[in-house]
Amino acid sequence: MAKRKSDVGTLYKGSPGQWSWMAHRITGVAVILFLFAHVIDTAVVGWGPNAYNRVTAVYHNWVVRLLELGLVAAVLYHAINGVKIMILDFWPSTARHFKVLSILTSAVFVLSMVPIVWIMGRDILDLAFHWNL
Amino acid sequence: MAARTDTRIAPEQPPPSPRGVLGYRAGRERPAGGWELWTWLFMRISGIVLLFLAVGHVLIMHVGGEGVSRVNFAFVATRWSSPFWRTWDWALLSLALLHGINGLRVVVQDYVRPVAWRFAVNMLFYVVGFVLFVLGTVVVFTFDPSRWPGVAR
Repeated sequence: MAKRKSDVGTLYKGSPGQWSWMAHRITGVAVILFLFAHVIDTAVVGWGPNAYNRVTAVYHNWVVRLLELGLVAAVLYHAINGVKIMILDFWPSTARHFKVLSILTSAVFVLSMVPIVWIMGRDILDLAFHWNL
Repeated sequence: MAARTDTRIAPEQPPPSPRGVLGYRAGRERPAGGWELWTWLFMRISGIVLLFLAVGHVLIMHVGGEGVSRVNFAFVATRWSSPFWRTWDWALLSLALLHGINGLRVVVQDYVRPVAWRFAVNMLFYVVGFVLFVLGTVVVFTFDPSRWPGVAR
């Protein structure tokens, strides 16, 4: 008997929504875990300029900036994919066009990331290698 | 004769699916009712608001201007001199924490099966969320840069 492969997706018994479902989870958890830290680092502003400026100095570092770019990507993906989820939930008949919706969602995300990677990437390269783009 | 043909063909037909036009769910199933339905609805409504609050915040603070490189004490003092940004940041704090911690609860439901562990993990997130909500709220509304004269313009 042949090994049973998935009928509808790329993973074992996965359905077409599996990758966006997984990405939605991962980006969501990543953002909330960052938020925990971010509330604390921002709250330090209440302890005055010395304390707060020491905290924000952490962000003047290319590795942290790279993580920050990832954070922006995570928030955007979660937001755009969230719109897709709401469209499917509130207008169930749109599930007929699930593939089109998924491609549109990915396209909007990738296109919006292009200028963002350019803008934030320039700063990262400047901090890392002193490249002035 | 016709009946016999029918019984031979019938197993070839896909069974009628209760799961909508695709034959599978394209996402999380909507809860039938009660508390779960309310949190389901809350996730979507807060999601729409966060679409503006969170994406706006990220674009303004991390992408626009000089990004985070301009963020320091003086920057926050200027920004929070406006009640508009204090309200924005507080609304973002509250909704993001509620949305995020409820999201964690849904994820925990899937991956933490033993009841006692699930309770403990959820409680940890609720307590952390509550403490951060109080901390953020106090700072956002009591912050007064005039306590450090000369630093903020």
